[in-house]
Amino acid sequence: MADSTSSIDVTYVADLARLRLSPEEIATFQKQLGDVLGYVSKLAEVDVSQVSLLGEADLKNRLRADEVRPSLSAAEALANAPAQDNNLFVVPRIIE
Amino acid sequence: MTSLTIPELRQKLSTGAVKSREVVDQLAIRVAAVDPKLKAYLHLDVEKARAAADVADTSLPLGGVPIAIKDVINVKGDPCTCASKILKGYVAPYDATVITKLRAAGAVLFGRTNMDEFAMGSSTENSSWGVTRNPWDLDRIPGGSSGGSAAAVAGHEAFAALGTDTGGSIRQPAALCSCVGIKPTYGRVSRYGLVAFASSLDQIGVFTKTTEEAALMLEVIAGYDPRDNTSINRPVPKYTQSLHRGVKGLRLGVPKEYFIEGIDPEVEKAVRAAIDEYKSQGAEIVEVSLPHTSYAVAVYYIIATAECSANLARFDGVRYGKRADKPKDILDMYGRTRAEGFGAEVKRRIILGTYVLSSGYYDAYYNRAQKVRHMIAEDFRLAFEKCDALLTPTSPTAAFKIGERTQDPLQMYLADIFTIAVNLAGICGVSIPCGFTSNKLPIGLQIIGPKWGEETMLRVAHAYEQATPWHKEKPAL
Repeated sequence: MADSTSSIDVTYVADLARLRLSPEEIATFQKQLGDVLGYVSKLAEVDVSQVSLLGEADLKNRLRADEVRPSLSAAEALANAPAQDNNLFVVPRIIE
Repeated sequence: MTSLTIPELRQKLSTGAVKSREVVDQLAIRVAAVDPKLKAYLHLDVEKARAAADVADTSLPLGGVPIAIKDVINVKGDPCTCASKILKGYVAPYDATVITKLRAAGAVLFGRTNMDEFAMGSSTENSSWGVTRNPWDLDRIPGGSSGGSAAAVAGHEAFAALGTDTGGSIRQPAALCSCVGIKPTYGRVSRYGLVAFASSLDQIGVFTKTTEEAALMLEVIAGYDPRDNTSINRPVPKYTQSLHRGVKGLRLGVPKEYFIEGIDPEVEKAVRAAIDEYKSQGAEIVEVSLPHTSYAVAVYYIIATAECSANLARFDGVRYGKRADKPKDILDMYGRTRAEGFGAEVKRRIILGTYVLSSGYYDAYYNRAQKVRHMIAEDFRLAFEKCDALLTPTSPTAAFKIGERTQDPLQMYLADIFTIAVNLAGICGVSIPCGFTSNKLPIGLQIIGPKWGEETMLRVAHAYEQATPWHKEKPAL
């Protein structure tokens, strides 16, 4: 477990999360999330050496037949889109 | 009329003594009178409810009964904002399965209730649309995240309401507002059409004034749904029919880790008195231990935030909801849309969740938390070898003041210290009224059952309710 003094780099993580933060938010979150990480570091005390990551081994996949079934029409699925054209979502240009 | 229980209301509807439309009208009058104070509702279309009431089949289990819905559940053609600016203007294109089931049972959908944004919070202060007030003291929070549903039922602005519970978001507000609130076993109720926060923890449940009504509501909304692969295919018992069997011969466990320093002495006293009441009714009280209890909040804030960071990635300005104005490129669109659309608590949790899943930290945080989660579930499994249900406080304190904890997220997280482990273990819990503090603030008793233990859990709840007056008290509004 990361020790409780390890601090989170909020600017870096916010970028990973595609979240633009103001300098004030970064400073506030840095402090608050530092406190939360300090609190959760108590998990380092627990001996987990005998526990499997998946827990009890009664997990199995539940598969269904791959069949076409009624679903939303394109018009319904697109109805909430901020921008659309010709049954497609429109986004800013990605490739120059 | 708005103070009637659902069975009382159904009696009047089925004999024709009142019409469903009049019920909607009376409820709308009540909302107009008290909701300016409580602010429990976000959207309410009374005309639509009247139209539904006019065609309601009163022979059905909830025929003509208006039900309020937390603003996180999709109702076709209606807004579903999750109390977030990022979903302003969104119109649900389909019904959640619980809504389909309510409609099939004759219910009249009535209003969407306020909540913490994306169900993240314990006070409803994280709503983008304003704070809901506790009906027992308007300066205090109603609990959360389903605070609007709890306040609406406690304030007699709704006969019953749906909520969701990821770490206590039904049981804690039920306790703080003096209603009955059930968090069913994971997989008991379909999550199809529920906007996901933490998919391995989320479960839809109900708020009512009494246990009998909660049992009736659960009968209607529970059951397997092929559209939710985590719902489980097993029969739904007639919960209402086993309520009256009493607790004689049942073994009720009291986990010592739930009576700790920091619990309000008035809360402890009320819960201890409830335990004595059960003893006097012939239940056997057994002390049990849940040794990993003190780790539950830490495990939760790793797993829940990890899952939320993935689930909320879909709010990116492409498919629905808000998009930032004039983005200069796609990353600018994502970054600003999410910056402008999400509130502070949602941002905090997305960052924490992204961090615990990020390269280099995954094993130390997320994997370790998953392992401790299994140990918490195993604690409960062993405890239920010694007893049929557990008795605990729902919340360590009564409702706190608005603004008291907003600057300190960690203190806010600790409000759910007694409810969170139930979600981590995937078992069921209910909060019922068990008294008031000297300031006349409600106190809740939590009854916890094993997986699929709702029948016994509700029977235990009903036995206490029949012997005590708390659920009959009404807030002065």
